[in-house]
Amino acid sequence: MSEDRTTPSEPRRGGPRRRLRPNVGLDARPLGTPRTAGSAHPLSARTPAAAPHAADASKATEIDEFENAEAADAANPGDSAGDGQVMPWDVAPATITADEGHPTRRRRTVAELLADVPDDAVIVTRRLTKKYGEFTAVDKLDLTIRRGEVFGLLGPNGAGKTTTVLMLLGLTEPTKGIVRVLGMDPTREPLAVKRQVGYLPDNVGFYGGLSGRENLRYTAKLNGIGRREADAKIDELLHEVRLEDAAEKKTETYSRGMRQRLGIADALVKSPSVLILDEPTIAIDPSGVEELLVLLRRLVAERNLTVMLSSHILGQVQSLCDRVGFYSAGKLVAAGPLEELAKGEDHVVELEVGVDGPPTGIDAVASTVPGVTSVKPHERDERLRVVTASSDVAAPLATALAAQGLALVHLRRRGTDLLELYRRYVPEGIDGRAR
Amino acid sequence: MAAPADTARRTDAGRARRSERAPSGGWRTIAAKELADHITSSRFFVLLLIVTVAAIVPMYFISSDISASAPQLAGQPALFLALFVVGSPSLGNVAVVSFAALLVPLVGIAFGFDGINSERSQGTLSRLLAQPIHRDDVINGKFTAGIAVIAVMITTLVVVVAGLGMIRLGIIPSPEEIARIVVWAGATVLYASFWLAFALLLSTVMRGTASAALVGFGTWLGLLLFGQFLLPLFANFLFPLDKANANAYLASTTAQATFMRISPSTLYGDIITAVLNPNTKTVLGVGNLGQYVSSQQQVPGLLSLDQSILLVWPQIVALVAVTVVLFALAYVLFLRQEVRA
Ligand SMILES: Nc1ncnc2c1ncn2[C@@H]1O[C@H](COP(=O)(O)OP(=O)(O)O)[C@@H](O)[C@H]1O
Ligand SMILES: [Mg+2]
Repeated sequence: MSEDRTTPSEPRRGGPRRRLRPNVGLDARPLGTPRTAGSAHPLSARTPAAAPHAADASKATEIDEFENAEAADAANPGDSAGDGQVMPWDVAPATITADEGHPTRRRRTVAELLADVPDDAVIVTRRLTKKYGEFTAVDKLDLTIRRGEVFGLLGPNGAGKTTTVLMLLGLTEPTKGIVRVLGMDPTREPLAVKRQVGYLPDNVGFYGGLSGRENLRYTAKLNGIGRREADAKIDELLHEVRLEDAAEKKTETYSRGMRQRLGIADALVKSPSVLILDEPTIAIDPSGVEELLVLLRRLVAERNLTVMLSSHILGQVQSLCDRVGFYSAGKLVAAGPLEELAKGEDHVVELEVGVDGPPTGIDAVASTVPGVTSVKPHERDERLRVVTASSDVAAPLATALAAQGLALVHLRRRGTDLLELYRRYVPEGIDGRAR
Repeated sequence: MAAPADTARRTDAGRARRSERAPSGGWRTIAAKELADHITSSRFFVLLLIVTVAAIVPMYFISSDISASAPQLAGQPALFLALFVVGSPSLGNVAVVSFAALLVPLVGIAFGFDGINSERSQGTLSRLLAQPIHRDDVINGKFTAGIAVIAVMITTLVVVVAGLGMIRLGIIPSPEEIARIVVWAGATVLYASFWLAFALLLSTVMRGTASAALVGFGTWLGLLLFGQFLLPLFANFLFPLDKANANAYLASTTAQATFMRISPSTLYGDIITAVLNPNTKTVLGVGNLGQYVSSQQQVPGLLSLDQSILLVWPQIVALVAVTVVLFALAYVLFLRQEVRA
């Protein structure tokens, strides 16, 4: 990333405002002047790791576009070196004056935003934002999903999962920010993206008057797959999703679970390399969910797919996901492998503590135990206290309480429970966002 | 920018072009599927039955009238067209074309009112749009399929009426007459397409299929019953009638006349009048059989088909224009709409 930054010929971060000005500073080299060895183009200087995304990132047009897709953000915790300071080649002198007061508040180029993208990234979003009027449905989403990964987007209803998915498919235009799917911009090359991405919409529907097979045939036809090839493919898929027996029945007679399975077959008709599933387990009974998950697990393994699925029920999809992201009110509040998320960011330990008697007794005792950072009332149970500590203090705490004659009736370490994990990251609960 | 960047840009554009190049033709696939749906639907058969019966009944009566007065009519030019244009007194002088003009909007609306919103409510729209097709392929395909099914229906109707007419009258239409009937059929398809575009617009704007149908058929019925009163009213609303002010009065009456003239039903009426009646020198209404015959006898010389078409060319263009405007509106609204329901 820094390598790229120190390259004088890097496309400038400015938009038309800066381009109107004559070239000054280090980049004032006349057009056509041979480059010196030290000022190699970012493309050649770049490690292969960033190749596919950096390639289009260095397009001048992309940088124009970046003016709309501006990523001006005041305090971005992810910002590392180089953002706080203004490099001399980054800005023309006149601009330095303009930006002087707010050195951290500046726009960054597509190249900069995509600089840390790994080579095998399949889905990339940077500062992706979608607004419906004043309402922000997706807020500065940074997401990187690598080839072969199964990523679970988790969040309550209305968190912005579907909106994100629609932007990945080019079905909704982002208000700001960057999306790359297989290195392509879905807004600009929607057909190329949709040719390679299978999509199961939430509440998937079929033409009720047509049979399951006919519905799949239509999809195959829309994908330009020849009749014979399509029929073979459809037979295979119907077998996979165990709908052979129902294949000739009209889809209006299908159960919800059958429709969901047919939807998965439908998404696979085009032999995609990426599969996006929006709420695949919604409104299916538990055994149906289990069946669906088994099916998905097998398909993912067999076909070497990159999968992104959204769900508002963590427990249903956790076994499937390599990584999950918690989504809340349009923001990605945490992402990573589930075990790591369970540990918490700072490896803080939270203990639920209850004693025989009023919980106020705990407060004084717990705060004397080394490592304890805070003692708070429990969110839902008034008889309990939540003790936060920098290490596992369960044993010393129990001893200390016992020494004060307080009998321990409840001691539980938090974060091991999925629901709690969910609650930690998604504070507003499962019933949508507080507006 | 220096060379490497240019190269990058070029290869990038090349990649984009290559990936976009594969022929999509999505609208054709969609149109084919929609047409198959339409033709096999019970809606199609019910409408075909209604329209055919509505055309055969007046044809039956007028062919009896013509046969009864056969001696006087011998050698009468364009007699076969009378089968379509002239109404029998025993049926309130309602002709085949009048019935067609009455029912054709119904056909147009019936094949369009649930075009987009049914995809939405079925949950198939997002699945459809996730396929490698352009978004406008959907509405283009639906419009094409609608026109095609209307054309199938009108053709069936014309063939049935003309065939039965030939059997009953025992005369064979001249090539000129056949050409006129074909042009009339084309104009009828066009008129139905106007209503189809209107219905597709409704299906785009209104989320419920039932409410879109209600508004569509309501508009048809409303204009049928009160059109001749409503349009002047509307014109008056825009240009208040003020008898004291000569200019305002003129503006108001002009607006009224213009509104009446560009109303699609008037346009269509003018077209069929001119096309099916070679005697029409100006665009006027067609009377009963007696008037038809006497007018042809009094005025020597009939218009040829191209002269007739020329006479109503402005009407044809206007009818195409209003249809295109309505479809364009539906098209633009659909393209700007959110995908999800
Ligand atoms: N067309 C729209 N206009 C306004 N708000 C919308 C629109 N579509 C979605 N939203 C809002 O955006 C938010 C995110 O929606 P969505 O992405 O569907 O959430 P999820 O899929 O996570 O349940 C919701 O609060 C929803 O009300
Ligand atoms: Mg959703």
